[in-house]
Amino acid sequence: MPKTLYDKLWEEHHITTLESSESLLYIDRQYLHEVTSPQAFEGLTKKGLTPWRLNANIATPDHNVPTERGKSFQTENILDEISKIQVVELDKNCNKFGIKQFDITSVNQGIVHVIGPELGYTLPGMTIVCGDSHTSTHGAFGCLAMGIGTSEVEHVLATQTLKVSKLKNMNVRFNGNPQSGVTSKDIVLYLIGKIGTSGGNGHAIEFSGSYIESISMEARMTICNMSIEAGAKVGLIAPDATTIEYVKNHSQLSEEEFDSACIHWSKLISDTEAVFDKEIEIDVSLIKPQVTWGTSPEMVIDFDEDIPDLNNIEAENKRNIELAKQYMGIEENQKLTDLKFDKVFIGSCTNSRIEDLREVAKAVDGKSVSDTIVEAIVVPGSGLVKEQAESEGLDIIFQKAGFIWRDPGCSMCLGMNPDQLKPYERCASTSNRNFEGRQGNLGRTHLMSPLMAALTAVNGRVVDPS
Amino acid sequence: MKIEGNELIISGVVASIDRDNIDTDQIIPTEYLKSIKKYGFEDYLFDGWRYLDDGKLGVLKGDRQQNPDFILNKVPFDKATILLTRDNFGCGSSREHAVWALRDFGIKAVIASSFGDIFYNNCFKNGVLPIRLSKDQIDNLFKAFDKGFTELTVSLDSKKISQNETELYSFEVEDNLLERIIYGLDDVDMTLKFKEKIMSFEQIRKKEKPWIFSNE
Repeated sequence: MPKTLYDKLWEEHHITTLESSESLLYIDRQYLHEVTSPQAFEGLTKKGLTPWRLNANIATPDHNVPTERGKSFQTENILDEISKIQVVELDKNCNKFGIKQFDITSVNQGIVHVIGPELGYTLPGMTIVCGDSHTSTHGAFGCLAMGIGTSEVEHVLATQTLKVSKLKNMNVRFNGNPQSGVTSKDIVLYLIGKIGTSGGNGHAIEFSGSYIESISMEARMTICNMSIEAGAKVGLIAPDATTIEYVKNHSQLSEEEFDSACIHWSKLISDTEAVFDKEIEIDVSLIKPQVTWGTSPEMVIDFDEDIPDLNNIEAENKRNIELAKQYMGIEENQKLTDLKFDKVFIGSCTNSRIEDLREVAKAVDGKSVSDTIVEAIVVPGSGLVKEQAESEGLDIIFQKAGFIWRDPGCSMCLGMNPDQLKPYERCASTSNRNFEGRQGNLGRTHLMSPLMAALTAVNGRVVDPS
Repeated sequence: MKIEGNELIISGVVASIDRDNIDTDQIIPTEYLKSIKKYGFEDYLFDGWRYLDDGKLGVLKGDRQQNPDFILNKVPFDKATILLTRDNFGCGSSREHAVWALRDFGIKAVIASSFGDIFYNNCFKNGVLPIRLSKDQIDNLFKAFDKGFTELTVSLDSKKISQNETELYSFEVEDNLLERIIYGLDDVDMTLKFKEKIMSFEQIRKKEKPWIFSNE
């Protein structure tokens, strides 16, 4: 029977079927961070257990870390006492159990979904989990990667397995060439707008098509990262020459290991005859730059399109739209291009990789952040991204233009560290969630691509990138 | 959850929130994820909607400015054990804290037309029963509550929801998941019964795909 890529990954890791529809899957890699791991370590300790396979785990603090650290910053220097406790706890647990951690002092520290691939811990064909929904990012490498809860983090630490029910298969084919100014972020936002935030529930989404084949690993990671915003905890892309090239440059594998792995990786594709439960075809040449206007990633439109008018929508959606407009401070007949922005955030596990920063630098080189913007920050996804950007002089371009250049972390993607919006501040953000309060209590988030955010910084408003 | 006659039931006051796509950031905002404990989240449930002031981990309900319009601040809904909502409840972040907050508040069942996948799984690990009904059924329940009904009974044995002893709807949930809630089973203990199987699977994998284990 023809199989999809997801079916193949499922079978390769399938240990046994349990009494129900659930199966026990073997987990190759677990990433850990400070927020969703302490209770898991506590549970492990209470049961008198130790990690099943120590080296399957890689840890780094990212959610709580301040992004203004400078040199010689230690965990002890975190000012927020409660945040500090959580980061200290990760240090303690990693030391106690012997888990490899890139701590706050390490050049390799960064957002867990940025450092995994760039340090070569993410390899095609792996099952990868993390107590973080954006684990779907690693699916860009042809991995079965998904976010899990803390009880499951403990389960994976203790047993190297996960109890899961098989998902359905969905195929999203992106074909064609994008218009100038349209990036992978626009394309995934467009998909979310079309299928909604529950469109992928219960499914693993495989992204394919000529557009996917043509883009870099960074762009692929952006798309898989946001599959969870379409409801799919698993998003994946079959490994190809682009994947192999990236892995070759980042993994620590010996030549012999790499060569034999390549033979296996080349088989990680959906069979031509494979049947998907749901199929979607999108011509990317028709997509315009996308910007969210509301409080759910599905509330997204072309940057110059009209925001849904309350008098002109089905009753079913009226309440949701009304609440979102109210929260976002959007008046009737106002367009996205009419809104005045206060802050700009370039960063997060969606868009903080070197390619994103290069794109921003290109757009702001020789220009200045608008006087109406009170703060524009660029937060590299990892220590290595930071080093690379600095070696290319991007930091200088950002700072000359009036951006603040920070240290790696999740930063303003979520209100757990000092980078937050004040109530009612409007932010152009390259992150992944525009939920109420996500970037700070009563803050207003508009999701967009790094290019659109860069242009918003310069103009103080959303503008046409072409 | 209690036994009535021979039946295992969840019954009590239903609080309803008429919104789609309630994400886990609304159920519990990130500020409270700084806790390293697994309990004590009840006062932070729906924090952004429930209070008028900005909260902080460790600042409890009594010291907060409550939003009188929010359902969980109104009698009798402040003692709700069942939550009724719309589509895609618990989407977004994987934080299990969202279920911990519902559980600590006293919510034992959540009724919605669909759930975020990760949230749905997390529920069964913490004794909270997610119940899926059709959009029409959810609509009818909302209408009934508008007319003043406030209580429901959920039978875990017959997988049925009733109101004032009138059976309304049946729902589906896998038996093994339901048993985890009924008996409070621990997944780690259950899985470790397969220890030998996992070990032999791992040995074969090491041999066939050594690169997976290359950092060891």
